[in-house]
Amino acid sequence: MTLGVDREDRAGKGFGGLSLPRPLRVTLNLVVTVALTFLGLLFVTFIIGRVVPIDPVLAIVGDRAPEHVVERVRIELGLDLPLYEQFAIYVWDVLQGDLGESVLTANPVLEDIKRVFPATLELATVATLFGVLLGVPMGVLAAVNQGRWPDQVIRVVGLLGYSIPVFWLGLMGLLLFYATLDLVPGPGRLNFIYDDMVDPVTGVLLIDSAMAGEWDIFWNAASHLVLPSVILGYFSLAYISRMTRSFMLEQLSQEYITTARVKGVKEWRVIWVHALGNVWVPLVTVIALSYANLLEGSVLTEIVFAWPGLGFYLTQSLLNADMNAVLGATMVVGAVFIGINLLSDLLYKLLDPRAR
Amino acid sequence: MRKLFACVVAAILAVTAAPTLAKTPRDTLVIAFQIDDIISLDPAEIFEFTAAEYAGNTYDRLIGYNHENVSEIYGVAAESWTISNDGKTYTFKMREGVKFASGNPMTAEDAAFSLQRAIILDKPPAFILTQFGFTADNVAEKIRAVDDMTLVIETDQAYAPTFVLYCLTATISSIVDKKTVMEHEEDGDLGHKWLRTNYAGVGPFKLRQWKPNESLTLDRNDDYWGGAPAMKRVITRHIVEPATQQLLLEKGDIDVARNLGPDQLVTVRSNPDLAVQEGVKGAIYYLGLSQKNEALANPKVRQALKYLVDYKGMEGTVVRDLMKVHQAFLPRGFLGALESTPFTLDIAKAKELLAEAGYPDGFTITMDTRNVSPILEMAQSIQATFGQAGVNLEIIPGDGKQTLTKYRARNHDIYIGRWGPDYQDPHTNADTFARNPDNSDDAKSKPLAWRNSWDIPEMTKMADAAILERDPAKRAELYLEIQKAHQVTSPFVIMFQQTEVAATRADTKGFIIGPAFDDNKYHEVTKD
Repeated sequence: MTLGVDREDRAGKGFGGLSLPRPLRVTLNLVVTVALTFLGLLFVTFIIGRVVPIDPVLAIVGDRAPEHVVERVRIELGLDLPLYEQFAIYVWDVLQGDLGESVLTANPVLEDIKRVFPATLELATVATLFGVLLGVPMGVLAAVNQGRWPDQVIRVVGLLGYSIPVFWLGLMGLLLFYATLDLVPGPGRLNFIYDDMVDPVTGVLLIDSAMAGEWDIFWNAASHLVLPSVILGYFSLAYISRMTRSFMLEQLSQEYITTARVKGVKEWRVIWVHALGNVWVPLVTVIALSYANLLEGSVLTEIVFAWPGLGFYLTQSLLNADMNAVLGATMVVGAVFIGINLLSDLLYKLLDPRAR
Repeated sequence: MRKLFACVVAAILAVTAAPTLAKTPRDTLVIAFQIDDIISLDPAEIFEFTAAEYAGNTYDRLIGYNHENVSEIYGVAAESWTISNDGKTYTFKMREGVKFASGNPMTAEDAAFSLQRAIILDKPPAFILTQFGFTADNVAEKIRAVDDMTLVIETDQAYAPTFVLYCLTATISSIVDKKTVMEHEEDGDLGHKWLRTNYAGVGPFKLRQWKPNESLTLDRNDDYWGGAPAMKRVITRHIVEPATQQLLLEKGDIDVARNLGPDQLVTVRSNPDLAVQEGVKGAIYYLGLSQKNEALANPKVRQALKYLVDYKGMEGTVVRDLMKVHQAFLPRGFLGALESTPFTLDIAKAKELLAEAGYPDGFTITMDTRNVSPILEMAQSIQATFGQAGVNLEIIPGDGKQTLTKYRARNHDIYIGRWGPDYQDPHTNADTFARNPDNSDDAKSKPLAWRNSWDIPEMTKMADAAILERDPAKRAELYLEIQKAHQVTSPFVIMFQQTEVAATRADTKGFIIGPAFDDNKYHEVTKD
C-alpha cells in the first residue's frame, strides 16, 4: 500500500550507477510508480470493459436502429480496430488531456466527473468525519472496558453497522427521520427551489454556497447531508471503532503503560494521550482506506438518496459499456487511492518519529 | 426485500398518516422519474422514452393526433394539408404567426430543413422517414418549401395516407429552428453536437437545463401560439428508487411519481391526498421463441407454450395496474388491432400438444431475463406454469443491455421482451413482428422476426401489401388477417399491453398520459 516513498533508501546512491540528488530520485521514483499504476489500472479496466458481453453500440443507437446505423457507429467508435490499437488510441488521447465523450450523457467525460465527483467528495468527507469523531472514542471506550457492558454495546452497534444492508438502513432512515418525524429533508442534495442558485465553483455545495454568502442554501445543503452521511458514516464507524479497539488493547498491554500508571500518571492521560497517541499511527491507514472506499462512491446510498455521485455514474456507465466514462471514472478512483496513500504516508511520518 | 420494505412502509405510513401540506410552489410541477435513458435532446436522434416525452412537450410537429382517439389527426405547426390524387404528394399550409422560442418566425423552410436534416444525419430513428424513399441525395428535392408558408413532401409510392401522416407525428418529425441550429453548426454536423444538449424549437415548454442522471428542467413558453401553460416550470428529478419516490410524494415534496410498483399503487389509491392517473400505452410484452432451437421450432410446442402462461393470474398480481392481457402484435387503439385473447392457462391442453409434438415429458430451455421489476416476477410466474407441463425453464437474469446484446445476436432460446411502437401506424409493429425479408445472419434489416429466426416470406408479402392499401377499412382487414395467422403460428407469445400509471398529489390535475411516449403532456396541468 505504500507507494515508493519509503523505498528510496534501499536503492542507496546507485540508480543504475548514476548518483542523483536524493529529492530528485524520490520524485522520479514516485512519478514512475504512479504512471505505471495508472497504466496498469487503465489496461485492466479496458480489457474488462471489452470482454463484458455488452455491445457498446447499443447504448448509443438503442434497440431499434437499422443495421447500417449500427455498423456506422461501430466504426465511428473505433470498435472495428484491434484491441491493442483501441487501447493505444485511448492512452494517447488521455495524454493530450482528452478523456473522450460519454455516450450516455453526450458530455465530455471530464465535465461529467467535475459534476459528479464533488457530490461524492462532500458526502464521503462528512461521513468519514462522522465515522472518526464517533468511532475512535467508541473504540477507546470499548478497549478500556474490555468485556464489560460498554464494550458489549459498542460491539453490537458495530456489528449492526457491518451487517445491515445500507439500502435498507437508508430507506428506514428516510421513513423515520424524513417521512414520520420530519427532522431532515428528503432525498437529493438541495430542495429543488435552490437548484441552480449558486454557481458551481468547486461543485461542493457547502463551499460554493458559503463562498457566495448564500447561507440559506448552505444550511439546506447541510441538512440534506445529515442523513446520508450518517448512514454512510455508520459503516466507517463500525470499522474504525473495531480497529481502534484492537489497536488500543495491544497498546494497553504494553509495559510503558504499566510504567506510566506506576509513575502515577492520571488514568485519562494514560489512555487518551499515551496509548491513543501510539494508536494514531496504524489508525491513520485504517481511516485513509475507509475514506478512499467512500470516495469511490456508494451506489446504493446514492440510489436511495437520489445523490448524483460517482458511484452511480460509474455503475451506469459500466452497465451500458460506456467505456470512456468508465475509464475516466476509474482514473479518478485510482487517483484518489494514490493520493490518499501518499497523504497517509506523509501523516505516518509526521506521527511516527521512527519513520522520519 | 423490496416487497417486505413496501409492506413496512405501508404499515408505518398507515399508522402515522398525518395531514401534510403540498410543499411545491403552485406554478411548478415536480416529477420524480427514472430519466437515465436520456442520451440526447436532438429530436433527430431521440428514441428513448424520457427524451421522447421531453420532445413531446417542447417541439411542435406539422401535425398531431387526439390522444384519446388516435384516428383523429389535426394540424399543429401546419394549419391544413392536401394529398394529391396519385397519393404521392403531400402539401402542407403552415400556421401563420408562429414564433420559435428564440423569437425567429417559423416558416415552411424550417419544416423542410428539419425533415431533411433528420434524413441526412441518419440517426437511429431516421428509418421512420426514409421508408418513404427519401435519401440524403434526393431529400432536398423531395421535401421542399415552395414558399414561406407551403411545404411539399413527395413519397416514392402511393402509401396509405395515415402511414405517412402518423410518421410525421413522430418525434423525429419535430420542427427545429433552422437559423438557431445552423448558428451552432460544426464541421457540417447540421448543429447536431450542439442540439444534443440544447434546444431550438417551439412548444408549450422550452428547455432550461438538463443535468444527466440528475434533473431535466423545462420553462413555460409564454409566447406559445396555442396559449401558455399554467405551470411556469416543470422539474423532472431522476429518482431511481420507487420507495423513495413514494416517500417524496406522500410528503408533498413532489407532485408526480412515475415509477411506482403494484404494491405501492395500492397504498397510493387508499390515500385521499393522492390520486392515480393512467393511460393505455402501445408497448407489448411478449416471449420470443428462437426458431434455432429444435423444440421451439415445432409448431405444436409453440402453441403449447401459449397455453402455459397464466395471463389472468399475472394481470391480477405481479403486473396489476401496469399491464392488461393482450395477445396480438397490434396494440389496442391501433388501426386493425385484433382484440381476441384465445389463450388461457390450460395445462391439460398444453400437455396434449407437447405429447403430439414428441415431448410427452417436456424439455429444458433457458430464458434471458432483464433483472428488473416486473420482468423478473413475470419470468418467475412463467417458470412455474411451464413447469406444470414438464417444461423446465431456466431463467438467466442479466442487465438490460447484456440480455439485449445476446438477443440481437440470436444467441437465446427464449427472450422475455417489451416492444413499443415507433409511431401510431400499424406498420410499425407489423414491420418487426410479421416481416422478415432476409433470414440470413448478415441481413440488412433485423426485425424481431429475424431475431427469432422465423422465416416468413408469405407473411412478409402480406405486410408489404398492407402499407399500399389506401382504403382504411380494407387495410384494417389485411392487418386482422395477418394477426390471426400470427397469433396461432408465430414464435411470439404475446401476453400483455402496457398501461402507464402516474401517482400524483390529489390537487395536481391534467397530467396527460397518451398512447405514445411523446404523448405524455404537461401543458394542461393545474394545481389547486
